Amino acid sequence: MTPRYARRRRRNAVAMGLSLGATLFGLTWLVLILGTLLWQGFGGLSLSVFTEMTPPPGAAGGLLNPIFGSLVLTALAVLIGTPLGILAGTYLAEYGRHDRLSTVVRFINDILLSAPSIVIGLFIYEVVVAPMGHFSGFAGALALAVIVVPVVLRTTEDMLVLVPDSLREAAASIGLPRSLMITRIAYRAARAGMVTGVLLAIARITGETAPLLFTALNNQFWSANLNAPMASLPVVIFQFALSPYADWQRLAWVGALIITLTVLMLSIVARSLVKTGKTS
Amino acid sequence: MTLANVPFPNATPANAHLAAVPLSVPAHVAVAGGLREKIAIRDLDFFYGDSRALKAITVPLYANKVTAFIGPSGCGKSTLLRILNRMYDLYPNQRAVGEVMLDGENILDPGQDLNLLRARIGMVFQKPTPFPMTIYENIAFGIRLYENVGKSELDDRVESALRRSALWDEVKDKLGANGQSLSGGQQQRLCIARTVAVRPEVILLDEPCSALDPISTARIEELIDGMKDDYTIVIVTHNMQQAARVSDYTTFMYLGEMIEFGETATMFTTPSDKRTQDYITGRFG
Repeated sequence: MTPRYARRRRRNAVAMGLSLGATLFGLTWLVLILGTLLWQGFGGLSLSVFTEMTPPPGAAGGLLNPIFGSLVLTALAVLIGTPLGILAGTYLAEYGRHDRLSTVVRFINDILLSAPSIVIGLFIYEVVVAPMGHFSGFAGALALAVIVVPVVLRTTEDMLVLVPDSLREAAASIGLPRSLMITRIAYRAARAGMVTGVLLAIARITGETAPLLFTALNNQFWSANLNAPMASLPVVIFQFALSPYADWQRLAWVGALIITLTVLMLSIVARSLVKTGKTS
Repeated sequence: MTLANVPFPNATPANAHLAAVPLSVPAHVAVAGGLREKIAIRDLDFFYGDSRALKAITVPLYANKVTAFIGPSGCGKSTLLRILNRMYDLYPNQRAVGEVMLDGENILDPGQDLNLLRARIGMVFQKPTPFPMTIYENIAFGIRLYENVGKSELDDRVESALRRSALWDEVKDKLGANGQSLSGGQQQRLCIARTVAVRPEVILLDEPCSALDPISTARIEELIDGMKDDYTIVIVTHNMQQAARVSDYTTFMYLGEMIEFGETATMFTTPSDKRTQDYITGRFG
């Protein structure tokens, strides 16, 4: 073993050690967070969590109204945001790939993608809540939709760009108009990735609190009225966790556990979709 | 049923103008031996941005014959092929100047309906490009695009296209399988089936065998030979033996220019240009 080689091996060992240490350091906190969450959350988990409304302090209750609210807000946000994101992403990838407009849109989208969500909440407050004069579930869904758009746009464009040009040429070579090439060939080839983008967007907005504070606000009672304030899990967690009441705090842990498990499930589905999309 | 000599399927008002155009028949259309010029390329220049990739190309492509474009890499043979169905139109900053007369009509005219044009001039690519759908759908898709056919007729058309490309026996029991699950050679034959199913008049082959093994290559070459009764075929190949085996006419190109055009047999035995001779004897390229 030459001294040169020995030195390289020593350096390699040091670099390996540092990388491993950094990984373990990061993992430790993750495990601690998840461990605490599971420990605290599972303790309060019971059927009543899913069947009863949020209680006043000191009384028994559950999280039915915020769970329902979160589902409604998320579904509505996805319903509004996904078509916009897919259409804009399609424009960037298929029609305006080399246009100057696309460069501008891409740049703005990247900013929107990393914009603090509280800014988005304030924006919707200014343009929707203030003119309407009251908080509403609809405003909350709009704020979440603004977060969905850039995520879906980005993944849609990325996935369509990955569809090889040879497939587009093959489609053109049998006389397929561009619109059909996109809807029948390119979307089909990019489907798994595009669905993953939507799932990631859902995962992202499921835990958002800031944009809902100024828009949907919160509601102690059952409400399916989109024109009225609506409860949601993140906001209820925010309110209950900061309260001095032990039973509220317990419910906050349960809510956090539900959100985390939901996001975990979405991520697993998204990952498996990407995998099957690659092999097929 | 046979796919032979079926007229362009949808003579609808949408493409009635194709028939209405008076044929400005060039003088040299009827050459001795009953040759008819299906496509006449005249004085054709092509530009990628500012760079001129093709210089004053003039080549006849005879009906029901196989014409090969040969030449070293970068000579412009694929570029020339991709003008014939205006594939270059998919990309910005590419333009062709000159005449490409298909049955007397210039396909470079700005008013040309590219989708109808490409339905008449099919193309098979270097890499097999099956669509991400079933074997059956890969073929039925193109047919349904331009024709309103019933289920049983569609089945017949799919079968005859697959028979035509010698793939039927291998896939008849798994028409529902994904087209991309086939082997490379099978995928390429699926692409040929997809192309003939649309009933084109001209078929462009862009190095169709370069990604295939020798056995698959032999099968495709047999297919080409069998198809020229019904179609005008143009093949780009970097394999001179292949050009000699499958083509009736050969065009030798070099640095964006057409150096020599002639009957393949003559060209490979007694080329008239020194550069052609150097290339086919393997001295460069």
